[in-house]
Amino acid sequence: MKRIQTLAAAAAISLAATAPSFAADAVKIGMITTLSGGGASLGIDIRDGFELALKQKGGKLGGVATELNIVDDARKVENAKQIATRMIKQDDVDVITGIVWSNLAMAVVPSVTRAGKIYISPNAGPSALAGKNCHANYFNVAWQNDNLHEAMGQYVTDKGFKNVYLMAPNYPAGKDALAGFKRFFKGTISAEVYTKLGQVDYAAEIANLRAAKPDAVFFFLPGGMGVNFVKQYAQSGLSKDVPLYGPAFSFDEGILKAVGASALGTFNTSQYSHDLDNATNTAFVAAFKEAYGRKPSLYASQGYDAAMLLDGAIAKVGGNVKDTDKFRAALKAADFSSVRGAFKFGPNNHPVQDIYVREVVKDGEGVTNKLVSKVFTGHSDAYAADCKM
Amino acid sequence: MTLVLFLEQTLNGLQQGVMLFLMAAGLTLVFGIMHLINLAHGSLYMVGAYVTASVTMASGNFAVGVVAGMAAAGVVGMAVELLALRRLYARDHLDQVLATFGVILTFNELTKIIWGPQAMFLSTPEWLSSTVEIIPGAPYPAYRLFIIAVGLLVGLVLRHLIINTRLGMLIRAGATTREMVGALGVDIDRLFTIVFGIGAMLAGLAGAMAGPMLAIEVGMGEKILILTFVVIIIGGIGSVRGALVGALLVGLVDTFGRAFLPLIMRAFFEPATADSVGASMSSMSIYILMALVLIWRPRGLFQAYGGNG
Repeated sequence: MKRIQTLAAAAAISLAATAPSFAADAVKIGMITTLSGGGASLGIDIRDGFELALKQKGGKLGGVATELNIVDDARKVENAKQIATRMIKQDDVDVITGIVWSNLAMAVVPSVTRAGKIYISPNAGPSALAGKNCHANYFNVAWQNDNLHEAMGQYVTDKGFKNVYLMAPNYPAGKDALAGFKRFFKGTISAEVYTKLGQVDYAAEIANLRAAKPDAVFFFLPGGMGVNFVKQYAQSGLSKDVPLYGPAFSFDEGILKAVGASALGTFNTSQYSHDLDNATNTAFVAAFKEAYGRKPSLYASQGYDAAMLLDGAIAKVGGNVKDTDKFRAALKAADFSSVRGAFKFGPNNHPVQDIYVREVVKDGEGVTNKLVSKVFTGHSDAYAADCKM
Repeated sequence: MTLVLFLEQTLNGLQQGVMLFLMAAGLTLVFGIMHLINLAHGSLYMVGAYVTASVTMASGNFAVGVVAGMAAAGVVGMAVELLALRRLYARDHLDQVLATFGVILTFNELTKIIWGPQAMFLSTPEWLSSTVEIIPGAPYPAYRLFIIAVGLLVGLVLRHLIINTRLGMLIRAGATTREMVGALGVDIDRLFTIVFGIGAMLAGLAGAMAGPMLAIEVGMGEKILILTFVVIIIGGIGSVRGALVGALLVGLVDTFGRAFLPLIMRAFFEPATADSVGASMSSMSIYILMALVLIWRPRGLFQAYGGNG
């Protein structure tokens, strides 16, 4: 009996602790992101980018007091759904944002938009939500999942590789990744390998890869998965014969810090780079380094842009975010200065933007990404045509 | 599929099994002898990895780092046992799961505070960074061979410890009839602390070994912990020999599943479908193995000592 009482008390306390005390007239933003477990570095970057923007704006997005409630989903679908339900029903937030992983986004975003709330994706852009199932309340400020992989498909073709080995985790964004790569790659596919999400050891895959003798490898392994693979690939001695290519997700600043020299000389595609030359970005990179003591990754830039997009739109509607039609139109106008330079939304509320290729190099501070060239200008996605809003 | 590839994958399976054994040996001792479900075993693995990385970077010597990582995990483990887990031996397993889960959260947060949220880097020591052509035509990373050797050595040392030493005798006796050993004047509390310390050191060693190969990141312990539980259930709770056999089985089945199921599926499906069906089936393979073993031997392959747990 005593235990039940203790449990009940503990539950009551934890509920009270998580129910935020929102002021009546503030804009309420709920952020569901991954802050613990294997994918934590991505969510932390997104959060830090978003919070930096909020701090620069003095806690007011669009001039209106903003209440930001951040909750960790630990990369678990059921957590994300639960948190979203609470934010919608109990906290009555205006905007939800933050989800890193596509499988979580697919479980959460439709229920958010159905409830009439706005969802701003600072990362996941699954194909399932970009085409037929697009929604006027769903905006993706990062990319449609396929985009960076499409650019790499083009780049690898341009470089003249004929026989490429593909690897991605077995989840929606992994499928999107390989679909995107294949859309622009003109050669033969040596093999298409799907690994477990969160896998740590790639020895079996690397041995198979060696036996298949491809010209190059394209791999999409974000977060800790990328760290593990790149390190083990270097140890296997294959790097000099079969070069690695991938999207920025496989080579973000966090991964590079953890793999060190193993990744030097590899190429990856991104819509963002910390050395992109525009005034907004220069200021952002300086402020981010000052605040957190590290270079911003593409995830951090996406978190920052999500906040800045909201800032522009909220200002445009004079803080009246309850008028959903006007607020949506203001968001769609994307009246903000993105750290990646030119940015606008396509018909399915996904970005139309430039995509670059970067090389992994060593600079004074360590191993990092350096812009090489532009692959696509004003690139949209393959699903926009199916979207009827 | 060629013979070379098959042999290379066998080595990969052995290497994965050996890593699992280092984790499982400690976990199975604690579970079998103290009847404690310790979810925080993975946290000790994480402590081992982080301390090894930090000390290796500071000292420039991997061996020093490994010793420090093992020692740190052992000391931290014994401290946790003395401060928290000791009170849980008499409680039921649900309480133990809740409390040790709390320990995981605490360690993850502490690690984030001390080392930061981003993954840490540890390079392979110079003398192990090359490849060895142990199988002609398939250069194999020397570091992975080193792990296999270390793991097998630890197995031999543990075997000697349990069979031939006084401590080992007490461990075996304590597992069978705890009260009787106490009645004979042995300090059971101290014995448990020592056993826990040994388990923690082995977890620390596993973490240290993992450092140059895997991402050193918050939450790395939980991933290996699930497989470790599968291993000790297959091997028989409390049995170190079972842990070794179970670990090698799980390592081999998991590796072969990942390596060859997609290839086999290609005989039945389109390549793209085959790859994803094969991937899904291989992630089930070790659990199917566990189910089969439990149908055949409900208490695992090797029953430990009295086996009254």
